[in-house]
Amino acid sequence: MRIFDPHVHMTSRTTDDYEAMADSGVTAIVEPAFWLGQPRTSVGSFVDYFASLVGWEPYRAAQFGIAHHCTIALNPKEANDTGLAREVLEVLPRWLAKDRVVAVGEVGYDSMTPAEDDAFSAQIALAADADLPMLVHTPHRDKLAGTRRTLDVLAEQDFPPERSIIDHNNELTVEVLADTGCWMAFSIYPDTKVDERRMVAILQEYGTERMLVNSAADWGRSDPLKVSKVVAAMQEAGFSDDDISTVVWDNPVAAYGQSGRLELDVPGQEADSTFEGSSIRRTSG
Amino acid sequence: MTDQTAPTDPAEVTAHLDARLDDDARAWFAESRDRIGDDPAAVRVLFPAVSRRVGRGPLAPGGDGDDPFVWHRDDAGRALLLAAVDPGARPGELRDCYTHGDARERRGVLRSLEVVEVDDEVTAELVDDALRTNDVRLVAAALGPAGVAVLDDDGFAQAVLKAVFVDLDLERIAGIPDRVTPELSRMMADFVHERVAAGRAVPASVWTVIDRHPPADRLAAIEAERDHEDPHRAAAAAAALDARP
Ligand SMILES: [Zn+2]
Repeated sequence: MRIFDPHVHMTSRTTDDYEAMADSGVTAIVEPAFWLGQPRTSVGSFVDYFASLVGWEPYRAAQFGIAHHCTIALNPKEANDTGLAREVLEVLPRWLAKDRVVAVGEVGYDSMTPAEDDAFSAQIALAADADLPMLVHTPHRDKLAGTRRTLDVLAEQDFPPERSIIDHNNELTVEVLADTGCWMAFSIYPDTKVDERRMVAILQEYGTERMLVNSAADWGRSDPLKVSKVVAAMQEAGFSDDDISTVVWDNPVAAYGQSGRLELDVPGQEADSTFEGSSIRRTSG
Repeated sequence: MTDQTAPTDPAEVTAHLDARLDDDARAWFAESRDRIGDDPAAVRVLFPAVSRRVGRGPLAPGGDGDDPFVWHRDDAGRALLLAAVDPGARPGELRDCYTHGDARERRGVLRSLEVVEVDDEVTAELVDDALRTNDVRLVAAALGPAGVAVLDDDGFAQAVLKAVFVDLDLERIAGIPDRVTPELSRMMADFVHERVAAGRAVPASVWTVIDRHPPADRLAAIEAERDHEDPHRAAAAAAALDARP
């Protein structure tokens, strides 16, 4: 089964993870720009991070036949450092214009502060300018209210639902989203969020249309093979291959394909290829 | 234009690029140049989009896209977008396009130096940065006529040594052989000696540099390696010297 993991933070993962993902069937991914676990203190740190998302990571991924794409944004946590946020927002248009940048994201709310409102709203405008979809995650705390507020803000700025990918959903937020026309994404985590069993139940209740499943693997406890585990759980529950493929391939391709910047054919990589002179291989000679 | 010669003015680049564009790309490109003419800051979002809009292949029909000295369509497109920036705003925009650019964008900025006017100071800054990388595409693009023009003799010598380390064909570097000093000939001969002593191969193009001012003592030392007791060294010496024209 060909798998597209539409939300995975590979910067935090090893090259061995790329290899295991490829073995599990992953041939395409989207890596959203996000929080790195501790606050950055200068715009240069953001710029270097964005540069790795459009440069080094696609190179690493391509070694294993994985087509790497990314989304670029200022995340809500760091939006609260308003001086820095202003500087980051200023450089974002350049980075949103790069090849294989398929959405503005991940944005949304963390603590639902006025500064987060400002950054969210400014980035909705940037998405419209750059002609890109948006990846918006629902907040960890006060999730249901945060989801409603997210939808309100998108609607206020006339951002099209079919270009909105709403992530980190659960059994309650999906109820709110089901009739909105937004894409509904689910992050499958080992402990928190949704697991494979609950995901199958959600798909049984709501169907496969506009549904996305991702590992959201990052620097925390997480599992970059979760999408393939959902595939196995769906097979066990009796979903057809077509239905499974809709969720783990067709839907992410359709959602992010709206950017016009998916490049799903990875050129064959020479074993000794390098990125700007650097290699991930540890070979002698 | 053959794939050996770089274009030197915007009109020449325009003609080559125009011949390779389809109607959509041509329209996007014309509109982009107009937008930048009206507002130089527009280059910030148009510059990164060039590869997917005008294509990535070699600019000259039949050119070798893997040859690091070859101009690509997107290099030409980027050079022309920078040429459309008002000269007053150009140094700042050009520098920022480089700083925020990926490798293809940086190569486009470096190539633009061949066809747009910028201060030597800006050129020198970008060329120095490119020569610090290990990216053959950037090193080759920095070693065109405009790039080497801002290097003094020492800088030029270091650049040529860098080029041999990243396996570029030295004969393709602008200023070879005219700008080779006796010091650079000596340095290149020492490089060959070091490689031969390690039993390793050297590219034939080193001789263009060495034989500009042949350093008799160094050449004798390399010649003596032919008889070295280590067969790897002797073989490396023979291979290097037999490639001398
Ligand atoms: Zn995430």
